[in-house]
Amino acid sequence: MTVKLSNDQIAWRAAQDITDGAYVNLGIGFPEKVAQYQPPGRQAIFHTENGILDFGESPAKGEEDWDLINAGKRAVTLKPGASFFHHADSFAMVRGGHLDVAILGAYEVAENGDLANWSTGPKGVPAVGGAMDLVHGAKRIAVITDHVTKDGRPKLVERCSLPLTGVGCVTRVYTSLAVVDIEGGRFVLKEKLPALSLEDLQAATGATLVVAGPVADLIVPEL
Amino acid sequence: MDKTVADLATVVAGIEDGMTVMIGGFGGAGAPIELIHALIDRFRTTGHPKDLTIVNNNAGNGHVGLAALIEHGMVKKLVCSFPRSADPVVFTERYLAGRIELELVPQGTLAERIRAGGAGIPAFYTPTGYGTLLAEGKPIAEFDGRAYVQERWLKADVALVKAETADTHGNLTFRAASRNFNPLMCMASRHAVVQARRVVPAGAIDPEVVVTPGIFVQAVVEVADPQQEEDLNRANAVYPGEA
Repeated sequence: MTVKLSNDQIAWRAAQDITDGAYVNLGIGFPEKVAQYQPPGRQAIFHTENGILDFGESPAKGEEDWDLINAGKRAVTLKPGASFFHHADSFAMVRGGHLDVAILGAYEVAENGDLANWSTGPKGVPAVGGAMDLVHGAKRIAVITDHVTKDGRPKLVERCSLPLTGVGCVTRVYTSLAVVDIEGGRFVLKEKLPALSLEDLQAATGATLVVAGPVADLIVPEL
Repeated sequence: MDKTVADLATVVAGIEDGMTVMIGGFGGAGAPIELIHALIDRFRTTGHPKDLTIVNNNAGNGHVGLAALIEHGMVKKLVCSFPRSADPVVFTERYLAGRIELELVPQGTLAERIRAGGAGIPAFYTPTGYGTLLAEGKPIAEFDGRAYVQERWLKADVALVKAETADTHGNLTFRAASRNFNPLMCMASRHAVVQARRVVPAGAIDPEVVVTPGIFVQAVVEVADPQQEEDLNRANAVYPGEA
């Protein structure tokens, strides 16, 4: 399979579903890209666990203020209307249902909405950060990910084999091949790359893709 | 009332072997580097304190601050959410060699456990971690049809905290995202020690902007030009460096 979206294109697609004024947490790393692709005229307010609402892009090199960082410990700037708060308030925003969307990366997502994204097993130093908190509380928990692992194994599976981050928490998955919702313990296909047959998509997926209603073409600009 | 202490050595003198010490900061933001280094200085001259349990979001970066505290062998156990960093070699080597204990706690649970410790709430229920390895062995209860994990408060003998401005009563303000765990740790410790960029007379901070009220603070020391972990690490600094 040669046709697939780049990480930037997956991030672009995820950004199209964020409404104006939404409060959004983007996981560190790949999900941070989503902020770059907000549609014109819409402005989301980004939350970072370490205590900022409404932060913006990184400053120029040499202009960093190391008291002004995001959860990935990257220097950021503030937008007009930003606010600071301590960690307990920050996670009250998370668990208390105040965020509209959290967008996270994944090692595996299961058809029952389980997510594994913090540990690849017992080796090395375990680190969880805010991932287990973020999967609870936001109104939508979306995952952005390649459809398969680097060695070609499906990341959308019947049941996760890696240690879980959260149970039954994911509501939508944006992959390099498709957009899939999790509804009633099933993967429901919403969009797929037009060049890709349903059979080929199913073959790259580790659980049944249910077609219930129209499947739109997943069309993303060159980026 | 005056909670000001003249120097760093005096302000960390009461920290003893085996104590639980909360250290504020998230990455370098809000990390009380000078207080940590004062504690290392005391260890280098007296051999104490050691066998400390440290509560911090991370496990240090490079060879300064918390990483240097670990590198000196002063830490028995770390309670944290994310023991990784750009240069986590000090913690990683000790952990993989079985020379330091780790209690891994989800970040929001860590914050709430500290808050609960300061607020007199011995346990609480959270959705975080339900059904995961980090909830194993913990009581589970259902509320309104959803399962929650019981987590316990976290308290400390001492907190080491960095603030922007303190007054002589211990009222504090913080700068930008350096607030993070610092106000919570003041609440949850019996003895909160604060380094502030500026110490001002009582009345010089507008009560409307006080973030941490002085009741949660026991000692204040002025560090007018604090070092920042990120700058030290960019310069490959090692504490205490060449003698």
